[in-house]
Amino acid sequence: MTETTQATDTRTQGRSADRRMGRFWSKLKRNKAAMLGGLLLLLYIVTALLAPVLYPGNPSAPNLMKSLEPPSLKEPLGTDELGRSILGRIIYGSRVSLLIALGAVSVGLLLGVPLGLVSGYYGGKSDFMIQRVTDTMLAFPGFLLALALVAVLGVGLKNAMISVGIGMIPLYIRLVRGCVLSVREEVYVEAAKAVGTRDRVILFRHILPNVMVPITVQTSLMMGMAILFAAGLGFLGIGVQPPTPEWGTMLGSGRAYIFNAPHVATFPGIAIFLAVLSFNLLGDGLRDALDPRFKL
Amino acid sequence: MSEQSGPLLTIRGLRTRFHTYEGVVNAVDGLDIEVFRGETLGLVGESGCGKSVTALSILRLLPCPPAEIQGQILFDGTNLLDLDREGIRNIRGGDISMIFQEPMTSLNPVLTIGEQISETLRRHKDMTRREAWRRCVEMLQLVQIPGPKSRSREYPHKLSGGMRQRAMIAMALSCNPKLLLADEPTTALDVTIQAQIMTLMARLKEEFEASIVLITHDLGIIAEMASRVVVMYAGKMVEEAPVKELFKDPRHPYTQGLLGSIPVIGRKFDGGQRLQEIPGIVPNPLEMPLGCRFNPRCPRTMPICHQQEPPVVRLADHRRVSCWLEANKRDD
Repeated sequence: MTETTQATDTRTQGRSADRRMGRFWSKLKRNKAAMLGGLLLLLYIVTALLAPVLYPGNPSAPNLMKSLEPPSLKEPLGTDELGRSILGRIIYGSRVSLLIALGAVSVGLLLGVPLGLVSGYYGGKSDFMIQRVTDTMLAFPGFLLALALVAVLGVGLKNAMISVGIGMIPLYIRLVRGCVLSVREEVYVEAAKAVGTRDRVILFRHILPNVMVPITVQTSLMMGMAILFAAGLGFLGIGVQPPTPEWGTMLGSGRAYIFNAPHVATFPGIAIFLAVLSFNLLGDGLRDALDPRFKL
Repeated sequence: MSEQSGPLLTIRGLRTRFHTYEGVVNAVDGLDIEVFRGETLGLVGESGCGKSVTALSILRLLPCPPAEIQGQILFDGTNLLDLDREGIRNIRGGDISMIFQEPMTSLNPVLTIGEQISETLRRHKDMTRREAWRRCVEMLQLVQIPGPKSRSREYPHKLSGGMRQRAMIAMALSCNPKLLLADEPTTALDVTIQAQIMTLMARLKEEFEASIVLITHDLGIIAEMASRVVVMYAGKMVEEAPVKELFKDPRHPYTQGLLGSIPVIGRKFDGGQRLQEIPGIVPNPLEMPLGCRFNPRCPRTMPICHQQEPPVVRLADHRRVSCWLEANKRDD
């Protein structure tokens, strides 16, 4: 009798890994909002990659003869105060925005996750130190922190990335620490210790993979936040510097013409809105589709 | 390297305390145990009597603080409590392994069975990835997991409880440990699987020439597996005896109570007699009773039981009892 049960077990269990992945996909696919977010994001990524194909001209070259033209067949989204195509600048701007999002989130991930792991796993003095620094950083409104950092580091693409990224470090630390605190008490961590596994191995091989789900979800949401912050810096004129096309900067310079040429500020605004929306929808969808135990 | 005579593990005056906000909890309070080569020592007692803490203290798996471990734990002549962090890590999984109570949660869900076992092998033995993998498949075969090759590539969620416990046993034995600490290895399994796992452990113990410390509250398992038994109550040893003698002639009232509370199929009851029980509950570890710790529940208390802790009395057949009844008998 045992043999038959075991045979059935093997047959059903052989398919369960595929099924688990399949379940994740079907759950995500059923979530219309998440799919919309994903498609939007895909559109942005393709746009960023194919920018030179989609817009062959130079998006930064001024043409004052065509200044502030409204949308037309030739210029679908009109032109800005220097006569540059807004469509072209939005297309090229997607490169900058995605790059900043990627860079900033990388800074947050690379510094925040290890610090969170150490803080949660070892506890004690290192935990205390890390948490007090985190508290201090979290006491600042996120955007204010980025603003202050830019003031110190100076303007530009790289510095915008770093300042926005640093603001994300404490958020990652808090998230990872919390997850580690619960995973650390699992029996399998004790079992790993009981066979002599070193702390470093336990931390990165046994604990980290178990906290990847919340990190993934958080990263998706953070990307949207990074785009918003970068655009905010650009709007204030301390982000990416002109003539590089950047959505926030475009919005900032279009502000002056909001009454006689509203399209100059409106379209970059829509681009920012949709990009942030795509990340948020996708993030929410991922959270629902991934293991329900790890709901944030 | 090591002398073949003499005990493999000698625990002397083990005291494990936990510093809590409410006060100091003496989980294990002055325990002396010896484990000989090739034997199975049963460690019995109610929940909270310090069985598991003893096992965790041996491997120093308790976070200190809040725990504080004192005494001597001599394994093959070395005091485990004197070793540095790296030293004790080399012992863990190498010379001494542990099997936990919960097979469902003691394997990491994100690593395959094979990864977890071969990782242990590579940690302790000088093995290449391929050698470790081969050995892992061998081990899985040894613990009678069908299709060990494909199983080693699977994640724990695909295995049933019994299979996972087999995998844990494979992992624990993979580095040929001299001592296996089995902390209620079958409590979470159903009875049929329990029997299978116990048979397997008994067989592998012979094959690997290992000693086992079997922690359980199931006296049936003790009767079947152990050669000697240590009965613990509230952090102290109350009785130690070879298994046959213990079941035949328990000396300590607590042991008598434990044995009396086991239902026996077919036992005749005259006139609706109820199964015997030990009245009361385990004392609060923060407020241990004065004198003998069992005195609030003991049916045979004497005045001295409330005043002084009973001495450990050595009896014939390598028996030890910590009870005033025996101590007084001796003085007479």
